[in-house]
Amino acid sequence: MKLPDLAELALRNLRESFLRNSLTTIGISVGVASLVAMLSLGIGLQQLASRRLMKSGLFDTVVVTSRRDLRNFGREEERGAPAPGESRILDEPTRVEIEHLPNVLEAYPDIRFITELRYEDKPHLTMIAALPPSAKSNDAFDTVQGQFFSSDIAPEAILQKTFAEELLGRTRTPGVDETNVTELAAPLLGKELTMRYAQRETTPSATAHDDTTTPGGENLFDAAYSVVSRELKLKIVGVADLDPESMRGPTRARVFLPLKLAESLHVMQPTDLREISRAATDQPVYSSVSARVKNPSQVQTVESAIKKMGFNTFSILDASRSVQQFFKVLDVFLGIFGSLALAVACIGIVNTLVMAILERRREIGIMKAIGASDGDVKKLFFAEAGAMGILGGVVGVALGWAIGQVINLGTNIYLKRQSFPPEHFWSVPWWLVAFAILFSFLVSLAAGLYPAGRAARLDPVQALRYE
Amino acid sequence: MSSSDISPQNSAPAIHAKQLCRHYRMGETLIRAVDGVTLKVKTGEFVALLGSSGSGKSSVLNLIAGLDRPTSGSVIVQEHDLAQLSREELARYRLRTVGMVFQSFNLIASMTLAENVELPMRFAEVERRKRDSLAREALARVGLQARMNHRPSELSGGEQQRAALARALINRPQLLLADEPTGNLDSHTGTEIMNMVREFNQQLGMTVIMVTHERALAERYAQRLIFLADGKLVGDESNALGIANTMASDAAANGERL
Repeated sequence: MKLPDLAELALRNLRESFLRNSLTTIGISVGVASLVAMLSLGIGLQQLASRRLMKSGLFDTVVVTSRRDLRNFGREEERGAPAPGESRILDEPTRVEIEHLPNVLEAYPDIRFITELRYEDKPHLTMIAALPPSAKSNDAFDTVQGQFFSSDIAPEAILQKTFAEELLGRTRTPGVDETNVTELAAPLLGKELTMRYAQRETTPSATAHDDTTTPGGENLFDAAYSVVSRELKLKIVGVADLDPESMRGPTRARVFLPLKLAESLHVMQPTDLREISRAATDQPVYSSVSARVKNPSQVQTVESAIKKMGFNTFSILDASRSVQQFFKVLDVFLGIFGSLALAVACIGIVNTLVMAILERRREIGIMKAIGASDGDVKKLFFAEAGAMGILGGVVGVALGWAIGQVINLGTNIYLKRQSFPPEHFWSVPWWLVAFAILFSFLVSLAAGLYPAGRAARLDPVQALRYE
Repeated sequence: MSSSDISPQNSAPAIHAKQLCRHYRMGETLIRAVDGVTLKVKTGEFVALLGSSGSGKSSVLNLIAGLDRPTSGSVIVQEHDLAQLSREELARYRLRTVGMVFQSFNLIASMTLAENVELPMRFAEVERRKRDSLAREALARVGLQARMNHRPSELSGGEQQRAALARALINRPQLLLADEPTGNLDSHTGTEIMNMVREFNQQLGMTVIMVTHERALAERYAQRLIFLADGKLVGDESNALGIANTMASDAAANGERL
């Protein structure tokens, strides 16, 4: 029998005992719904986690640190690495070297320091970081209110929203999910901040012996410098809607300055004290350098190239890989739990079809008498099981989606009461819809295996005698 | 003389049953429903299988129809031994070679007449458009074109049996097997059905085997009467009246045509 005929006859038969088949189909729907609900929870949580990583906007960035610096970061790599004495210093020539690696767009130092900012004569101690001009195109700065720096050396600042709140003397109102950045930016844009910072200044004697190529720093005297207190007026140009908790690297700061400006300030950095024995000159030594890669897919090759140079690397891609692995395991468990209801629904299919055989014994006998083969009868029962599977799958996906929406809503009401921002825990991607319907179809066919076989083997003489 | 291409008198046997046995076991007792029946039916013949109930006549018919398999012996239909065919081949044999009519009509209640009639063509994978026109044609042949969209329950017994005849003919089989076709009908309607069966036998050259317990009916229509009792063949005679009636109806049909 051809497929359209099969489908037509199957649907006709399903209509004949409408109530029973509807109930069975609802059973399948509930099974599929529970599967979809479970898996979409897993996917939703995974997306939530990767969104947090994503938000940092560092997917195409490799953070390079000196092996000497980070004793408790990437410890495993360190064990096999050369002894600290052999590891290299992250200085300007190295930065240039990294910048010239294939697939690297740019490499810029991560300048970060904690200092005092005065706004309307009130001091605020905060972390300040430098941003390269390329950060303008970074996803993380999509939501900046106001504008980006007018130039790379302009004395301007972009504030993180929580710092903006601090400046305005506001505390976070519990229960309000989104601080209105526009509202925060309005009174601040164009205002002035005074930054007090410690400038590192080379002593005249060191300048006289300007010997940039001396490695190892045998001459302590050459490296000597003085620290001068300075002030700089900054204009607030933007307020960024960044979530500081999700940040890594330079974006974790609460105030941002243009990179070249920050470099020119020669702010005393914590690393300076440590590097004093190594860097012979006032050539800056960086605590970390960020290398931006052309394409996220090349992050890994760039990372291994930099590791070969003798540095530690970190990328969000590394972090997200282990997150993904965790969620794969979680999804499998959720899937197994979700499938239980579907397994019960399958027993319903078997039951319904076995009943149908008893009821349609004579009909099966007639079909065989007028020339239906065992295969035709078998296919017909399969088609009925499959049709219930597809129908149940479609309804189940809709149901699962609805359940997800309801739970999402409920959770967010709870979160709001607990004064947490709302989250999207639930996600039903298209592939899950397709997978759920296909899975329901295949499982239903499997459930139809026994009834279909039994119907096909029915003896027509017996079946026709049966009244 | 006849409109049929194959004359019943001089052709090789369409059906040849040899030492046909069908035994059932019911608990401790062995039931010999068919017990060593040997018979030959020629192509185009109209044969009646007569016997009281339990004589094994329906069992013989089921064996010839390929619905059942013999315990021993063989049934050869058009040089194929049905006992040797696989289940799949047997289904194809039932589909292509045999048309069946039953006492209880056996139409599928949930389908309209047209759908019932075209059902064998679905199994034969005939394309839909051709199916529609052939079903219409077959129903017109039995005078039911106006009823094609009715369900069997909306029709009289006679009409249902006519629809069953149309279904039996739809795949152009060579063999028409009828199991008490008039058993559930009044005598007038029964005659109507039997005239149609004879028409198919004469005009389409179908070999007809009819099971009945009504001797009078068999004598009126069949060319040959075979008697069964307790699963054994107890009589096989040519039926002069049936042959004469057949020739008369044939002549009448020819006369109509002229």
